[in-house]
Amino acid sequence: MKQRDLRSEYSVVGRGVPRVDGWAKVTGDAIYSADVYLKGMLRGKILRSPHPHARIVHIDTSRARRLTGVRAVVTGADTPGVKYAQRMKTKVPDKAPLAIDKVRYIGDEVAAVAADDVDVAEEALDLIRVDYDVLPAVYDPFEAMKPGAPQIHEHAPGNIAWSRLFQWGRLVDELLEECEVVVEDSFKTQGQVHAYMEPNCSVATWDQNGNVTVWATTQGPHTHKEEIVIALGLPENKVRVITPNLGGGFGGKRHVVEPSIAAILLSKMSGRPVKIEYTRVEEFTAARHRHPMNIKLRIGAKKNGRLIFFDAQNIVDNGAYNDSGPSITLYAGHALTTNYRVEGVRYDPKLVYTNTAYGGAYRGYGNLQMRFALESMLDILAERLEMDSAELRMMNAVEENDVLVCKSRVTSCGLRECIDEVVRSSNWSEKRKNSSGKLRGVGISCHEYVCGVRWHYPHDSSSAHVRIDEDGSVKLFTGTVDIGQGSDTTLCQIVAEVLGVDMSQINIYKADTELTPLDLGTYGSRVTFIAGNATKIAATEARNQLAEVIAEELDTSPESIEFRNNRVQKAGAPETGFSFREAAKLALNKKGLTIMGRGSYDPPSDIVDFDKGEGKFNATYSFGAQIAEVEVDPVTGRVNLEKIYSAVDCGFAINPLSLEGQCHGSISHAQGMALFERPLFHDGKVLTPSFLDYHIPTSMETPDVDNIFVETIDPDGPYGAKGVCEGYQVPTAPAIINAIYNATGVRIKELPVNPEEVLRGLAEHPRESKGDRNDETTGNADCE
Amino acid sequence: MTKQPVTLTVNDQEYQLLVSPTKTLLDVLRDKLGLTGTKRGCDSGECGSCTVLADGIPILSCMTLAVEAEGKNIRTIEGVAKGGEFHRLQKAFVEKGAIQCGFCTPGMILSAVALLESNPSPTPEEIKKGISGNFCRCTGYVKIIEAIGSVAK
Repeated sequence: MKQRDLRSEYSVVGRGVPRVDGWAKVTGDAIYSADVYLKGMLRGKILRSPHPHARIVHIDTSRARRLTGVRAVVTGADTPGVKYAQRMKTKVPDKAPLAIDKVRYIGDEVAAVAADDVDVAEEALDLIRVDYDVLPAVYDPFEAMKPGAPQIHEHAPGNIAWSRLFQWGRLVDELLEECEVVVEDSFKTQGQVHAYMEPNCSVATWDQNGNVTVWATTQGPHTHKEEIVIALGLPENKVRVITPNLGGGFGGKRHVVEPSIAAILLSKMSGRPVKIEYTRVEEFTAARHRHPMNIKLRIGAKKNGRLIFFDAQNIVDNGAYNDSGPSITLYAGHALTTNYRVEGVRYDPKLVYTNTAYGGAYRGYGNLQMRFALESMLDILAERLEMDSAELRMMNAVEENDVLVCKSRVTSCGLRECIDEVVRSSNWSEKRKNSSGKLRGVGISCHEYVCGVRWHYPHDSSSAHVRIDEDGSVKLFTGTVDIGQGSDTTLCQIVAEVLGVDMSQINIYKADTELTPLDLGTYGSRVTFIAGNATKIAATEARNQLAEVIAEELDTSPESIEFRNNRVQKAGAPETGFSFREAAKLALNKKGLTIMGRGSYDPPSDIVDFDKGEGKFNATYSFGAQIAEVEVDPVTGRVNLEKIYSAVDCGFAINPLSLEGQCHGSISHAQGMALFERPLFHDGKVLTPSFLDYHIPTSMETPDVDNIFVETIDPDGPYGAKGVCEGYQVPTAPAIINAIYNATGVRIKELPVNPEEVLRGLAEHPRESKGDRNDETTGNADCE
Repeated sequence: MTKQPVTLTVNDQEYQLLVSPTKTLLDVLRDKLGLTGTKRGCDSGECGSCTVLADGIPILSCMTLAVEAEGKNIRTIEGVAKGGEFHRLQKAFVEKGAIQCGFCTPGMILSAVALLESNPSPTPEEIKKGISGNFCRCTGYVKIIEAIGSVAK
């Protein structure tokens, strides 16, 4: 590993500078979508289906239209009837913005109303009469696959939304012969809710010339615009999407385009701006959640611990529509190919439609669910082999330059260092022995995550513009959305570093499809790596333009011009040059030049072959390891997460302060998923539509966190940096589950942990002393 | 519904308004006074995003009718900095990295202001308790607790 401290060479990157949007956010100045108020603005509301599955016979909106204060009512009949979906080769567009023929879950959009006031709009919803022909419904993916189950979509016999059989590397059936031990078990994950604090909101205007402007809570205004254009059949040059500050996303605001489409239609009909704000109940019932997965996993290995194969089946509950289901399902399988060296992987997934609210992107994107199964199974295997869990992972960990079974090459990798770091920082060997006399334990898990992925589009590009004005101010234009993770600050740091100026001289203009260059959005840990590279290229081009002017002035070559301490000068001769502001003025006055650098970055990756799932569809991976320390209450079975020891290979920490925050926040989400967050349903109805029913972590449950950065300096990353924000969330839940086993001997296979199950397990297998357990049951035969 | 006159004192400014008796303080702050720093996170008293101070006590503006706020001194996030000086909690939140998406930040800061006004030297446990009614989904609370602790006496 090429570990070297580059911080001394840099003045801005590598430092935990405070957020550029911090002051606006502590004063209330920061504008979010719901804070957009326009003259004459109406309030919109969406009518949703009360039935999980029904045919729409007739919709009568006449009474609603007659209510005083109602300005527009729209239904599916007012749309072109085009079904849309994220543009992806595997995906069948299956969602209409307002139902045309059928409703497929409780919450499906049926009609929308705009009125002078929210109360009037809500009253009008009650006056819309919809005649439904209620159909039999199915809520469980296993039931949905059975012959005779209700058919949810015409294009999907057996309710299979997507399935493939992937074979990566050597065939599992052949490898079985070579294995000395095989373990197998089944795992289940729940439909976690994103629960970002800012509900979805869209404000739309349709002016008399047909220009459409939308302020929307989206993680990607360019792709949001594309979905609007497809669904409404509008000319691309007539639609503008702007994302103001975004109050969290975690994947959940990737594809919620329904409020924008409804607001646009209502604005067209009423001739007035329309705002639609989701209620928290709508967030819990009709936005998105993490796809629940039912994973059966088999691992073959040698007695010495060398892994030979992974073999997984995965039944994924898609809910009523596709959203990102196919890519999440594929990516879950990919998690089996990337962390550990194996000879072969077989992955047999089925994505199944049900009449329930539907899944979408959520931090971890399938990888997280599979990681829960895989990292749990690795501990089961380690115990079978009487090996230390950390040692088993270390022995099989991938390294730099490995070519994975999915035919992707690892260009930088600090996985082994991460395992080393957490084993050391946690005092693993000592704690693992469990000698405290309490139900305390530690558990380990590793992860890997992509930095961008080339599968939604033929490219995986971001662009940036950097303008230097004659007053010496620098303007960064980027299509990237800072969803809270701190990318505005990181990107400004890159510009400041390249141009040798203070952060305070840089203003960022972002996320506006008319004014800022293309960016695919904030997802897949792509922003630092891809938008960061684009920004660096743009800043470098601006710098080169200015260097040429100054070189001519100083009668030297552009290569000998340096930018530092707010000056542009001949390298090593600060007395020769100009202040940055003077230099910018010179460019204008001498050459008539406004300096403008442009940067685009498309990472060195391949388009995914969705039938084989092979190739290098991302340029690089982040890696990490976490150790969880828990204590279990022997009376209640309740698990307390005491501490997480984390180490992450981030390439290079451009902003360590922001990165620590990402680590803490991810752990909190994962803590919730492992221990508290339990969505309940009955016949397709969400029984937990509020924060009182659905428990996300509060300040009272905050664990201690010890976080270490391993810097491997990625060859393609900006300053060697990789994206890590999404992967951080992946290893925590299995580390907690493995720690619970270490503490109690109870193996949890379904999330979230049910304290009653812990108690049951403790009663069945009372612990005498910790540390020397051999009672793991896996229900399979060895093939020795 | 017939609107009724109400006089509100918000950030030391007096406002005479005509409001429907069903409108919440949150609605009026945002829709009528343009004080959009107060956020609507759940509209049902669960998440704390809409926290404001009423005579120094944190209240949920989504659960308070505007007419109930008459006669009280309401303080929103816009009124936390005084005389061009940021409050020490505002500085600490920025400098310690206690902000991510920022949507919970106004309510969180107001709960922290109230906490420190009633207890200038809270223990970490007291800080956790003081903000336990304010949800944050981004930060995991670690840096928020640190930031508040850094300005506690």
